[in-house]
Amino acid sequence: MATQKDPLGTVIWVNGPVVRADTTQQAHMMEMVFVGKERLIGEVIRLRGAEAVIQVYEDTTGLKAGMPVFGTGAPLSVELGPGLVSTIYDGLQRPLARFIERSGPWIDRGGHFPALDRTRRWRFSPTAPVATMVKGGTILGTVQETLLITHRIMVPPRLEGRLSWLAPEGEYTVDEPIARLHTRSGEITVTMSSRWPVRMARPVRRRLRPSRPLLTGQRIIDALFPLAKGGTAMIPGGFGTGKTVMQHQLAKWSDADLIVYIGCGERGNEMTNVLREFPHLEDPKSGHPLMERTILVANTSNMPVAAREASIYTGLTLAEYYRDMGLDVAVMADSTSRWAEALREIAGRLEEMPAEEGFPAYLGTRLAEFYERAGLVQTLSGEQGSLSIIGAVSPPGGDLSEPVTQQTRRFVRCFWALDRELASARHFPAIQPVDSYSEYAQDLITWWIDQEPDWARFREQVVDLLRRDRRLQQLVKLVGEEALPDEQKLALHGARLWREAFLQQSAFEAVDRYTTTRKQLAMMRVLHHWYHQASELIKRHIPFYRLAELPVNERIMRMKLIPNEEVDTILQLIPTITAEMDALARSMQV
Amino acid sequence: MRRLSGTACRGLQELRGPLLVIEGVSGIAYGEMVQVRDTHGELRYGRVLEVRPEAAVIEVFEGTAGLGLEDTTVQFLGTTFELGVSSDMVGRVFDGLGRPNDGLPAPPAVAWRDINGRAINPLARDYPREFIQTGISAIDGMNSLIRGQKLPIFSAAGLPHNELAAQLIRFAKLPGEPQRFAIVFGAMGIKHDEAELFRETFAISGLQKVVMFLNLADEPSIARIITPRVAMTAAEYLAFDLGMHVLVVLTDFTAYGEAVREIATGKGEIPSRKGYPGYLYSDLASIYERAGRIEGLPGSITLVPILTMPNDDITHPIPDLTGYITEGQIVLDRNLFRKGIRPPVNVLPSLSRLMKDGIGAESTRSDHAHLANQLYAAYARAGQVERLAAIVGEEELSAVDKRYLAFGERFEREFVAQGVNEDRSITETLDLGWRMLTELPKEELTRVTEEEIKEHLP
Ligand SMILES: Nc1ncnc2c1ncn2[C@@H]1O[C@H](COP(=O)(O)OP(=O)(O)OP(=O)(O)O)[C@@H](O)[C@H]1O
Ligand SMILES: [Mg+2]
Repeated sequence: MATQKDPLGTVIWVNGPVVRADTTQQAHMMEMVFVGKERLIGEVIRLRGAEAVIQVYEDTTGLKAGMPVFGTGAPLSVELGPGLVSTIYDGLQRPLARFIERSGPWIDRGGHFPALDRTRRWRFSPTAPVATMVKGGTILGTVQETLLITHRIMVPPRLEGRLSWLAPEGEYTVDEPIARLHTRSGEITVTMSSRWPVRMARPVRRRLRPSRPLLTGQRIIDALFPLAKGGTAMIPGGFGTGKTVMQHQLAKWSDADLIVYIGCGERGNEMTNVLREFPHLEDPKSGHPLMERTILVANTSNMPVAAREASIYTGLTLAEYYRDMGLDVAVMADSTSRWAEALREIAGRLEEMPAEEGFPAYLGTRLAEFYERAGLVQTLSGEQGSLSIIGAVSPPGGDLSEPVTQQTRRFVRCFWALDRELASARHFPAIQPVDSYSEYAQDLITWWIDQEPDWARFREQVVDLLRRDRRLQQLVKLVGEEALPDEQKLALHGARLWREAFLQQSAFEAVDRYTTTRKQLAMMRVLHHWYHQASELIKRHIPFYRLAELPVNERIMRMKLIPNEEVDTILQLIPTITAEMDALARSMQV
Repeated sequence: MRRLSGTACRGLQELRGPLLVIEGVSGIAYGEMVQVRDTHGELRYGRVLEVRPEAAVIEVFEGTAGLGLEDTTVQFLGTTFELGVSSDMVGRVFDGLGRPNDGLPAPPAVAWRDINGRAINPLARDYPREFIQTGISAIDGMNSLIRGQKLPIFSAAGLPHNELAAQLIRFAKLPGEPQRFAIVFGAMGIKHDEAELFRETFAISGLQKVVMFLNLADEPSIARIITPRVAMTAAEYLAFDLGMHVLVVLTDFTAYGEAVREIATGKGEIPSRKGYPGYLYSDLASIYERAGRIEGLPGSITLVPILTMPNDDITHPIPDLTGYITEGQIVLDRNLFRKGIRPPVNVLPSLSRLMKDGIGAESTRSDHAHLANQLYAAYARAGQVERLAAIVGEEELSAVDKRYLAFGERFEREFVAQGVNEDRSITETLDLGWRMLTELPKEELTRVTEEEIKEHLP
């Protein structure tokens, strides 16, 4: 990044992360600048006459009027290339490990570190034919970045020309040339690294309609509220309702190729937890450590507020880069509310006219821009890649009518609402099963029916029972469960069985934390069969309480603890159910 | 506070609430400390909140009462607010700004530390895993405290949070050598007798390594925004320089939040909820996140903030934002208090997020997690049944529901309630939990395994 030698101007006003400068040279909107003696990183967010307003991404304590501001002539960008995966960055893509080398366990401001290791050599295998025309997105060769990620070295977007030279198989640093392009504006050297401005979506050839599920191994999601590859989801919920645990679960077990986990204004220990745990957890697909497919962006709650705002875009841009290689990438952002609050804080210090609850009027636009970067796409090189976004939302007081929740809802298609009461009863995931929804359920039905022709019937049963349960609970509140007819008692019981035996899933039990599609389908078949048979018996006036006493019920409750590999053991419950119910029916007829 | 000199300036333009605006000054640094001298030569302290062209906005910690535009001088000290730290702080009592308050001279400083601290690099943190036995079943059994955790007590006016905190301080058993334990106590706007209760507790429990920072109810409210920061600075020194295990108790964060609001209002900032500024979350996080453990360093900071929920409302910004930052919360409940349950801990809204990694076969017992889950689920159901019984009458309940009702009752009276001098070991707590479960039919116990039932159910 070139810094201009002469300052762009001088500081005249400091209010927290917002600084005003009197400029003597032309500054540009969204230009990255360095402020003060310590060269704190900032970005120009408003220009009026000679005055530039700068949002500074680091603590401004000690900054004085009269200190210089330097321009860089370029917008805030990230560096892309091999070496991103398994790294933990701050919101400005500075490797957190470098801060430890520089200032020990505490983060000091003013650090300027390259995102990628300059000395490390990567084994590059060329694949593109020389002397052909290439353009943005063309794959020139590959690098095995980690055990799980084959990194494709692409021609940066917007470039086009004849490939005049391609490096032979060998080891190169990210700064060494690996290709030369003969373009209209002359000979251009390509290395394995490139830069991209974070606030600009990377181009794709075409957007496609999401049609494959992002399998998460989380039963309530896969079965009831599925997310598609390239889809968007929000997880709103008050504190302690399980947003972060859910995000971690998705980062661990979903069948994406790469995860970008953005810790935005949340706890330091949660990032530490990921860092300590992921290297020891195995990806269910490959058996390799999960860290080999994970990038972390951490801007914890005690790190500077303005950088929270940038961290979201930093993470997204890294994700898009891997999507462009034809990978399925999933981004988790925890929490988007902290990002929105950073917007609000900056807007407040600029004395902008607030809309709802002090949030700026452009909150909705920003959220839309953010979620619009998700999608299933045809990449510039013609392959399919996807970027899914799952954003946690932290509504004040758990009140879902607040602006960030409401605005986000307009732009996402999965709504996984967490419920305080379920969380208090330690019923996890505390996803409220009636108010939550997924607009992808319809799009994915064909995929599921290919796996299991009866899928739609299973799903219908649980959805229907949960709805009935909600209505009946109102009645129970008035008259008590005992007063209901047996048919309704059965419905309540059926709903409870589905909830406790299937929807409830512990994130911390090794057998339960991740459920394969096969096991999910087996469990659904068992529950479906139980309820179907039981309804028949009730129709034949077998009293409900006798059904509730069947020994198989307890085994159904515990079937989640049967390992993924033993699906047959689960399916054996079906003949047991039939046998016990038949025996009951016979005994009643005698 | 370090004695520094700078040139004295006049030129006050405005005094408003805790704020002072001075003009005709230059070279002012954002966040810089200032000394304000009134007409009688009395000194107050303040901090630069905004740097403007040739002007500055300053917050005055002792308030602006008695200051005039003409006879006040302001001296810029050229440094941020720093606390002089040393091992001699131990055993001493300071005021809310870190000045000695016990009639003795200030302990000589070994180092000066910016009270705002710096963010711990998440990569440098060590994930907290060591169980601390507090002797209180509702905490140990259901919401275990872990060394390095930040676990607040959410209370309300008239509820015995101080007694609970005192009990916790007296019985907390941390693994390791006792000479490495220290307590840092910070009071923001609490009453004299409350502070006295803590002082007595420290004395009774023979705790020698105590540092106190007191800003009491009748002292300047703006100083409260400094108190938790000087306390955390002292704690960091003891923990990460001297290698001690520090338990920090800070009370009352509601009074703290009100001081933050007062300054924000004074500046004419756009409020978010209930008049509190939008940055209250970050502000609180900059204090709470200083707790924890650091890889390769022997000490730790365990933080127990106490706050009172205005109107018993857990959605009020102070408890709400706190809950979003801390690693769980212990919630006191007025209904339980009225029923005579002491300590009135409502375990349902309470939570310890670090519990799962700190309990189990190596530290407590292998059945701990499942047992706690089972007790939670059962107690939640008992609550629903109780509400139902209030409407339809107890007779209309099903047989199973009646047993849940009995379970809930017994759980509160025997498990949650305990005497202030009753120090229960973790084994006692867990066995007691299993005894509570005998109230329920065995088929209902689906959160515990069959093996655990065989081994532990009496
Ligand atoms: N799937 C789950 N299985 C078991 N326990 C869970 C699950 N989800 C959440 N929990 C429990 O709930 C606690 C709180 O969850 P989590 O930290 O994810 O909440 P959160 O919604 O992210 O809260 P905050 O907004 O304060 O960050 C966890 O520490 C854990 O004890
Ligand atoms: Mg969270």
